[in-house]
Amino acid sequence: MEKSRPLWDNSLQFIFACISYAVGLGNVWRFPYLCQMYGGGGFLIPYFIMLIAEGMPLLYLELAVGQRMRQGSIGAWKIISPYLCGVGIASVVVSFFLSMYYNVINAWAFWYLFHSFQDPLPWATCPLNTNHTGYEEECEKTSSTQYFWYRQTLNISPSLETSGSIQWEQALCLTLAWLVVYLCILRGTESTGKLEQLSNPKTWISAATQIFFSLGLGFGSLIAYASYNDASNNCERHAIIVSLINSTTSIFASVVTFSIYGFKATFNYESCINKVILLLMNAFDLEEGSLTADNLNEMKDYLMATHPQEYAQLSPQVKNCSLEAELDTAVQGTGLAFIVYSEAIKNMEVPQLYSVLYFIMLLMLGIGSMLGNTAAILTPLTDSRVIAARFPKEVISGAVCFINCVIGLIFTTEAGNYWFDIFNDYAATLSLLLIVLVETIAVCYIYGIRRFEKDLHTMIGHKPNWYWKIMWAFASPLLIISLFLFYLTDYILTGTLQYQAWDATQGQLVTKDYPGYARAVIGLLVAASTMCIPLGALVTFVRKRLKRSVSTMA
Amino acid sequence: MLRVLLLTLSVVAIVHAELCKPDAQNAFKVRLSIKTALGDNAYAWDANEEYLFKAMVAFAMRRYSSKSTTQISNVLVCNVTDRVSFWFVVTDSSKNLTTVPESEVEAAIRMNRNRINNAFLLSDQTLQFLKITSTLSPPVEPSTPIWLIVFGVVLCLIVAGILFLVVAGIQQRKKKNKDSTERENLEEKSEVTVTVENGIPCETLDLKAGHINGVFAADDERFTSL
Repeated sequence: MEKSRPLWDNSLQFIFACISYAVGLGNVWRFPYLCQMYGGGGFLIPYFIMLIAEGMPLLYLELAVGQRMRQGSIGAWKIISPYLCGVGIASVVVSFFLSMYYNVINAWAFWYLFHSFQDPLPWATCPLNTNHTGYEEECEKTSSTQYFWYRQTLNISPSLETSGSIQWEQALCLTLAWLVVYLCILRGTESTGKLEQLSNPKTWISAATQIFFSLGLGFGSLIAYASYNDASNNCERHAIIVSLINSTTSIFASVVTFSIYGFKATFNYESCINKVILLLMNAFDLEEGSLTADNLNEMKDYLMATHPQEYAQLSPQVKNCSLEAELDTAVQGTGLAFIVYSEAIKNMEVPQLYSVLYFIMLLMLGIGSMLGNTAAILTPLTDSRVIAARFPKEVISGAVCFINCVIGLIFTTEAGNYWFDIFNDYAATLSLLLIVLVETIAVCYIYGIRRFEKDLHTMIGHKPNWYWKIMWAFASPLLIISLFLFYLTDYILTGTLQYQAWDATQGQLVTKDYPGYARAVIGLLVAASTMCIPLGALVTFVRKRLKRSVSTMA
Repeated sequence: MLRVLLLTLSVVAIVHAELCKPDAQNAFKVRLSIKTALGDNAYAWDANEEYLFKAMVAFAMRRYSSKSTTQISNVLVCNVTDRVSFWFVVTDSSKNLTTVPESEVEAAIRMNRNRINNAFLLSDQTLQFLKITSTLSPPVEPSTPIWLIVFGVVLCLIVAGILFLVVAGIQQRKKKNKDSTERENLEEKSEVTVTVENGIPCETLDLKAGHINGVFAADDERFTSL
């Protein structure tokens, strides 16, 4: 007799698991950035259109497949057609790449969280130099928050080639992050029910991409979660709920992020003005209080007229402070989460409280997404009888966590952040588009949309209406194909790939080219997952041929 | 008589102007930011405050060299601006028309910086001696960094949780194995009536999920080959 499949206690647990997986760091650090770059509120229009055309249908599709086939990604696609086992494997490979580097973000969040229990916050002031006469040189050139991120957290090397050594503090935090993930997945689905990734072209493409990756399609996590559903679960309603909550969270996070931007911009603008005032007062020995923010411009003109030579000497240091320039510095990704937010927090009242709350929030988001990723890897492994029969669940989970942790130590080296950027930009982007495209075509045209309709009818009780069918059969595949083509041409046209390296002597980021072996790694990342699909089909074909020839010979 | 007096005064004034002027040898520029430091409680800078400043510098020189020869009149202050900034020199009382070397003055000021700051209710940032860099006090560092302590606490909790769950899982599995062997023994002996429905003992039907029928389970040969 087959071992029965574990189930979610109730549908609410399933919804929360999906939401916790879909709502991740991308909602906090990617969506507000896109809104700012592409016209603020106007971005919501293409975003919602793409949500309806692409996001909800594909989410529903994945949930339905998982719930119907009651298997992880590999098993589910094998059932649809044996030639499609490569799709499931590709999903697992992509999830594996993602889990390798994604948990490093949680490690950083832990690091900042542990450092939040100090007064003053360590990123609020620059450290002193060796003979205590002033502040560290690197910190003077840039700001204290950037110094804390680049020097004291990452200890970043000047380029990708200089690898440096493993930072033991980051390695400890990474180990802790993996232990937390292991603790959560140890009990399987029973324990995960509680409460990522992107890129950039033009507005519509950004919206399409944002929806696509924000929902976490193609990793196999949604299939894995849905496979633990009761067969009569209403996954149509859940798909709509999860995608709407994901979008609402993005918008809510944008509101918060914009207020943080505004606070930081105002604060920096006022500091800039005060610095200019002090400089002019000291240089021209003016009375204190004679120069204020209001009369600064008139006074500058007056000083330029009365003391032209001294003013000319001073003018390179006198900055033109502009609030618009401060507001326009939009940042996304780790820069937003760890530099901009921590800079804003250090200037608040009781910064320790806000810092702790903020980093706990980042951890919740990050670990929620990690659980989905590890579920995508573990479910096919535990489904496969070969492995599951020999090893208990705890050992398989432990092995996966351990292997990922060891590989993840690469990202704790001095050049680790550069490798992180490589994985973040290339491990999942193209491959996912291809995987989801193959998934949609497989369900609509290979499995057959009528058969899928009938399955849904038995599961939910009613057939999907024409909107879902049109989206699955035409709209979503067309959108994905156009996204895919756009990305491909973009990568080919931009020629050499470049990255931002931190220059300690200047105290800012500089652009450098990727060395040859880094480009090879990028190619390998994309190829490793995409090649699984044709290879899987080929291997199945060859196997069938062999079996047939063996049986005919016998 | 009057002429002699006038002459002496003018000589003193000239000497004063010679020794104390911006960028003179051994002269220091001082800058005060009283309004920034004290806000509404700021005092105005007048001749009395200047006198206090001269007294503090003389005090510093006396303490440093412990010669007790420096008088307030030895400290010359000039070029007072609205910013409140000015230059000062310390003349040598033993030798005429010479100023004390700046290294000595610097060392004396450094030694007594705290006293001078407190006399004016200011700090190192608001009472600046421009050529004298102040030694910044390093932040208090506890012997064990705080983050390691918090890390240790969280790590212990997580590891305890993992161990607990693993042990509980092992115990549960042992109990299940024991139960199934017991039931097999009982069925062989047929001593205890176990309620059976279609060959399946009723207790196992408490599970939420049904049992997957092996005949219809998905396997490789889903489609019968032609």
